[in-house]
Amino acid sequence: MVGIISYGAYIPWYRINRGIVYSSMGWLNPASFLPGEKAVANYDEDSITMAVAAGMDCLTEFNRGEIDALYFATTTSPYRERQDAGIIATTLDLKPNIRTADFTDSIKAGSTALISACDAIKAESAKNVMLCASDCRTGKAGGYQEEMYGDGAAALLLGDDKVIASLGGSYSVSYDFMDHWRSQWNTFDRTWEDRWIRDEGYTKFIVEAISGLLKKYDLKIEDFAKAVYPCAYIRAHADIGKKLGLDPSQIQEHMFDTIGNTGTAYPLMIFVAALENAEPGDKILLASFGNGSDALFFEVTDEIEGTKDKKRGIKKHLASKKDLSSYEKYLTYRRMIPIEEGIRGETVAPTSVSLAWRERKVILALSGSKCKKCGTPQYPYQRVCANPKCGAVDEMQHYRFSDKRGRLFTFTEDYLAFSPNPPAMYGVIDFEGGGRSMFDLTDCESGDLKVDMPIEMSFRRKYVDEARGISGYYWKAIPIRAQ
Amino acid sequence: MGSIKDKVAIIGMGCTRFGELWDKSAEDLMVEAFKEAIDDAGIEKEQVEAAWQGNQFVAQNIGHSALPLSTTLKLPFIPVTHVENMCASGSEALRGACYAVASGVYDVALALGVEKLKDIGYGGLPDFSNLIGTKNRIIFPNMTAPGAFAMLATKYFDRYGLSPNEGKTMLAKVSSKSHHNGCLNPKAHLRREASVEKIMGAPIVAWPLGLYDCCGVSDGASAAIVVRADMAESYRSDPVYVKALQIAVSSGEELVYTDWDYTHMETTTRAAAKAYKEAGVKNPREEISMAEVHDCFSITEAVTMEDLQFSPRGKVKEDIDAGRFNLDGEQPIQPDGGLKCFGHPIGASGLRMMYEMYKQLQGKAEQRQIKNPKLGLTHNLGGFPIMNVVSVFIVGH
Repeated sequence: MVGIISYGAYIPWYRINRGIVYSSMGWLNPASFLPGEKAVANYDEDSITMAVAAGMDCLTEFNRGEIDALYFATTTSPYRERQDAGIIATTLDLKPNIRTADFTDSIKAGSTALISACDAIKAESAKNVMLCASDCRTGKAGGYQEEMYGDGAAALLLGDDKVIASLGGSYSVSYDFMDHWRSQWNTFDRTWEDRWIRDEGYTKFIVEAISGLLKKYDLKIEDFAKAVYPCAYIRAHADIGKKLGLDPSQIQEHMFDTIGNTGTAYPLMIFVAALENAEPGDKILLASFGNGSDALFFEVTDEIEGTKDKKRGIKKHLASKKDLSSYEKYLTYRRMIPIEEGIRGETVAPTSVSLAWRERKVILALSGSKCKKCGTPQYPYQRVCANPKCGAVDEMQHYRFSDKRGRLFTFTEDYLAFSPNPPAMYGVIDFEGGGRSMFDLTDCESGDLKVDMPIEMSFRRKYVDEARGISGYYWKAIPIRAQ
Repeated sequence: MGSIKDKVAIIGMGCTRFGELWDKSAEDLMVEAFKEAIDDAGIEKEQVEAAWQGNQFVAQNIGHSALPLSTTLKLPFIPVTHVENMCASGSEALRGACYAVASGVYDVALALGVEKLKDIGYGGLPDFSNLIGTKNRIIFPNMTAPGAFAMLATKYFDRYGLSPNEGKTMLAKVSSKSHHNGCLNPKAHLRREASVEKIMGAPIVAWPLGLYDCCGVSDGASAAIVVRADMAESYRSDPVYVKALQIAVSSGEELVYTDWDYTHMETTTRAAAKAYKEAGVKNPREEISMAEVHDCFSITEAVTMEDLQFSPRGKVKEDIDAGRFNLDGEQPIQPDGGLKCFGHPIGASGLRMMYEMYKQLQGKAEQRQIKNPKLGLTHNLGGFPIMNVVSVFIVGH
């Protein structure tokens, strides 16, 4: 029985009320107004970092050595060439003998990757496949996309043992429908007229895919506990339900006005929210939209009971939020306006790619060492044990810190150091179980930090080396919020 | 283990004015400090048999190796060595000269420290990206010196139950005292009185440290001429003898292991204990007449008072409140204004500290003169609380 073994999600801490965006830019395009708020990635987050966060949420109790493939879906890869899935797999400390692939260029890539993962398991070419989907899309200032797009990620672990929801089947329709596109020369998406997108694409393809699925597997719409599909236009989302004959209670809440449209991650995030409230025996319908539509259906098993409240998923991430009160800060986080970095901010030492490769476990997987003689965990990896009473040489085994919690031993708020989000906050972290190092602190603001407060680790973009086209990633510490 | 005590003496010293010396190059500064030092010693350049150059940020105006010192001063093909141990580079240069002379190989050696910081185009020290290796920027925070030492204050306040206001008041008194001393020093970078109220109200640089908790970032150079102790009085009647010279370098356990408390410097504690033993000092609080310590930040000076055993652990506030370390106090600290107000051209600072101890012991400190000092101590720290290099010198008659 192929299906979902575990799920995870990530919603960034910051939310911006769309009224703030509108009050800044509505003068340009009065018709762009949308209700509610949307999730905003912090200045040091992107599609890769959010995918890792969702992946960490998904993997809490699973043996990472048993994952045979990692698929990543996004339309906002920080790199045009350099595989994101490879970065994510190394960061999640997965074994090297796995298959990795990026699914991209359409916001239905998340559901397509999900079908491909299940196919690989069915074909017995992989036992367990991890899927991460993440997007961090920006629209031009004052446009509908700026109001619509939100940032977030979802992760699913697929396999054939102890599944919480088994895959019933899938049905896809694919069209070269240019509702929006982005050429190799463009930073922002271009779009065609909204009325055409809505009437000729959005409301047709999802209905076509779901109807095809029902017919193919001889299912009835009333058999489903929940139907999950993305929202591009609020009223049209409801219209799709009517066309399909869904009762409003069957339609999973779209979160368009709390998170926004998160691209490839969007249908999977809504699906995670559906799983959080699912009961054994529930049938869940999942459809995507983007150059066509994929429709899939799952049947929830008794195993779902064991996952309840073990994940942050959507519910807990939604509850943990901070209002971003400044539109200018939002633009700065998305690198849409040039800020005065000063000469200190311009000073970026060259990135050594060979060094980053050699140290990849230390840097990306936050892997240190644990002394086999005295048991002391230490970071970064040491050859000589740092315990002054031990000092053993080359008696180390790798020890992962990324999933360890800790305490903030001491900290500062530094206004001299360059940060796109001053003050630069950093501190010394003592990890539960041993080990100490210095880390940047993020997802916190001046006055938030206290000595001894509990923290956890979060994968972030540490710097951008623009001259050499490199985004440097590393782990930062964040106060524990979403429990 | 042997001892340096009374094996070498300083017979000449020079020190430029410190400050934002826009019109002076590193060459200008080296020449000025050297000229004063050999004039003070009453020797000719040709008598210098070996030399040590201390500086850290070689990329700023100076250049790698010992060539900058040798070619600037036109030293006649003698051995010259460049040493770098972060902010303790000046003391490291002096250490090289002292041990070379103590070995019996050379009779006269030069130590010169120099730094030209104000050519980078922004405030504070040059970027630290590669300061502790190229992996540094990739894994450690984009840390500044104020930030690294601010974490010392955060933890000190927390551990000893000081409210932010109590802690910052204690630190303001440290800086205010140094500002007073700096006013009395014509070579100091910052020569303004600063009241506790003014210091408390200054903008934050790295919480909880404000502008006046941070030392000046300066250009400058200083130099010393070191000779064999048994020859010293043939050059002058008042040479200053080295009684102890210790360096302690972090083992890395402060950062990686979890025993260290971040409210003291393990290096200072250990280097001081060894120096006291070497000099035969039993009670540092009573026997050390005065000291120039590495007050890169007010909290560093406060904690150093405890590490040097001038104040009991956690009790420095009482001594600060009692005015013990003021120029007219029982144990004056930073009589020349310290890094705080004399300024901090990295490689020159260790030798600048010695310059003040030297002048005080000779009774030539003018308005700042301490009455009848017996032993002076310099404490020079390079790096961050969590990983650093500390030198402690004790000098006397």
